[in-house]
Amino acid sequence: MARDWAMLYRLEAADVRFGHVAALSNINLTIQTGERIALIGGNGSGKSTLLRLLHALVAPSSGQVHHDGSQAQAMLFQRPYMLRTSAVNNVALGLWLRGKRWRDAQAQALIALQRVGLGDVARRGAKTLSGGQQQRLALARAWVLQPQVLLLDEPTASLDPHAKREVEALLAELSAGMTLVFASHNLGQVKRLATRVIYLEQGRVLADLATSDFFEGPLLQTQHPEAHLFVKGEVS
Amino acid sequence: MTTFTDSATTALQLIASFDAGLLAIVGRSLAVSATACLLACAFGLVAGAWLGAVRFAGRDVLLALLNTFLAVPSVVVGLVVYLLLSRSGLLGFLGWLFSFKAMVVAQALLVLPVVTALTRQSVEDAQNRHGEQITSLGAGPLLRSLILAWDERYALLTVLIASFGRAISEVGAVMIVGGNIDGFTRVMTTAIALETSKGDLPLALALGLILLGVVLLLNALVGGLRRWRERRDGAGLGDVVPA
Repeated sequence: MARDWAMLYRLEAADVRFGHVAALSNINLTIQTGERIALIGGNGSGKSTLLRLLHALVAPSSGQVHHDGSQAQAMLFQRPYMLRTSAVNNVALGLWLRGKRWRDAQAQALIALQRVGLGDVARRGAKTLSGGQQQRLALARAWVLQPQVLLLDEPTASLDPHAKREVEALLAELSAGMTLVFASHNLGQVKRLATRVIYLEQGRVLADLATSDFFEGPLLQTQHPEAHLFVKGEVS
Repeated sequence: MTTFTDSATTALQLIASFDAGLLAIVGRSLAVSATACLLACAFGLVAGAWLGAVRFAGRDVLLALLNTFLAVPSVVVGLVVYLLLSRSGLLGFLGWLFSFKAMVVAQALLVLPVVTALTRQSVEDAQNRHGEQITSLGAGPLLRSLILAWDERYALLTVLIASFGRAISEVGAVMIVGGNIDGFTRVMTTAIALETSKGDLPLALALGLILLGVVLLLNALVGGLRRWRERRDGAGLGDVVPA
């Protein structure tokens, strides 16, 4: 059988349970290379768990997850953790863990920090940076690994509007050409960044549509009333 | 009350006179406990970090055993080391009994569970908070545990203080394996026990006060080091890249 080169992830009846709690139930999903997918849904709907499942941070309790391992991936978290060291060392760590010499990793990290506008604070303690700067640092930390797939868990949720705009603009710029899968509560951001929207509720995929079909036209209201109600509630 | 006043006066006199015998005992106590802590930390920090960050079958049993060893009396540790190092023991051929080395081994075994258990707790908390992010950067289990331990280094300084406190204040193990030989294996705690048995309570208490003073001084030094490093990291000057 010929290999489907465009297939990046294929989830077949994937379940994730934490004890007795089902975080994801019967997820069937295919993600192609180059797609820009937004995961939306209320708190506890399973968005973060789905991202963690794609990033192999959790294993499926049942079902299967197929992933094209040739595509390097990186993940950005809602509250990025900064190690107690300088900004540049935080970025260099991922490169060092992938086998780069520490000096080379630091030099490359400095370039990445300059790329996200943090070159002047590269030597400062990462924990002393503002929330927006830390998220930009986290973006540099992911970007420097040159991933083909970027997974983002509500990357701008805890930022003020100004920092939110900055990070989103940077994200749009740096993720060009990458496959993007991101969780977000910001429907404006979803419209701007995504080409496909997946709506989750209680760990199940209830709607999976192109962004234009999701936000415009009758398809959502007629075929996915729960998602339609969510969007209306979020927008109004 | 008179005993306490006499003790304080005696302690001050001993310190002021730079009594050679006292200095030798204090120095030996510090050397034994510091060496034991270094040995225990070399193994305990890595083992504790690994236990904190890695999940495997039988881990809970191992943790229960580890926590049980926290309560082992120092005389029992001393007895086990004595049996091992005695002429007919497994390690009798080393000829270490009643020596500095035997006291170091006993104290290292005594504080090893303390270092391992406290490091495990510290790293496990860190692992629960942000272990996934370190994994996401590409760290395997062992490297992740070491990175988390390194990132918790200021908290682990407290582990160092706790383990040193446990080592320098114990008397049972060093008494059994060291023998309290004057000028050779006598340390502060065994000297205190000896003076008490001889009925010289002011001198015993004075030695106790000096012991407390030494530990207080070390705590202050470590605390100062910790605050200094935290300030440096806060200012971001601690870890710099080549210009």
